[in-house]
Amino acid sequence: MTCTEFIALLDDIIDDSVAAETRAEVEKHMHKCGHCEVVFNTTRKTIEIYRSHQIYDLPNDLRERLHAAIMARCKKGC
Amino acid sequence: MTTIQSIAGQDEQHPDVALVQRVREGDVSAYDTLVRKYERQIFRIAQHITQNREDAEDVMQDAFLKAYEKLEQFQGNSKFYTWLVRIAVNESLMRLRKRRTGKMVSIDEDLETEEGTVPRDLADWAPDPEQNYTQSELGQILEKTIKGLPPGFKVVFELRDVQGLSTEDTAEALGLSIPAVKSRLLRARLQLRERLSRYFRNKPGSRQAGPKVARAEP
Repeated sequence: MTCTEFIALLDDIIDDSVAAETRAEVEKHMHKCGHCEVVFNTTRKTIEIYRSHQIYDLPNDLRERLHAAIMARCKKGC
Repeated sequence: MTTIQSIAGQDEQHPDVALVQRVREGDVSAYDTLVRKYERQIFRIAQHITQNREDAEDVMQDAFLKAYEKLEQFQGNSKFYTWLVRIAVNESLMRLRKRRTGKMVSIDEDLETEEGTVPRDLADWAPDPEQNYTQSELGQILEKTIKGLPPGFKVVFELRDVQGLSTEDTAEALGLSIPAVKSRLLRARLQLRERLSRYFRNKPGSRQAGPKVARAEP
């Protein structure tokens, strides 16, 4: 497996949706290619960080205000 | 896409289906439940596309009102949330076009750039690198990092990786093909990784790695 082939499969590797046979090749490649191992680990970490520190969160007071405005208009038939 | 979803949907009914049915029968409180369930996610999508807090507030309200008005048109062969996201994305793009008069903004423009497909920064990161920053610094880094990506990349990343939607549902919500979603997701993930490396790369002997984070504007 080449680095280009590895990167093309990266999403499937991260989402754990590669066939068992391909996975063995992927692991073999990562074992000998430190760069691809770094790309895999840091990409996975990127997703993990964005998932656990959600940005653009709606503060509760604003959320309540917007929610009330939406429901008031729906009750009036918009 | 629709066919795949219809077949998959036959096995079990999504809880939103019953809520939508109650709204159609005139029960506004069922809509209250749907709004509460999805308002945070819709706000985030709007903020990703418009990059403006006030616009995101307006888009969120308009999207829920439009969905309420158009509920009769909702076929039920897609999920309520993917249908709602599609409305919110269209509202966001309309607002963006209004603000940037004359500049075309689209979610499906294919940006065939080399950036993001070839990883350049190959330095490893510090273990748990986010712990080198305060919550507010980290929030600024994450916002700043994702801000520069094209709208289509940001929304695909948000739906697939942050909100956990399937590739099929993301494609349906955005009106994109499955290969287009996959290609955007790979490029979004790699570009974010590359940009975050500036802050998180391992620098021996330093706990405070990475460039200084600009303070929030007052």
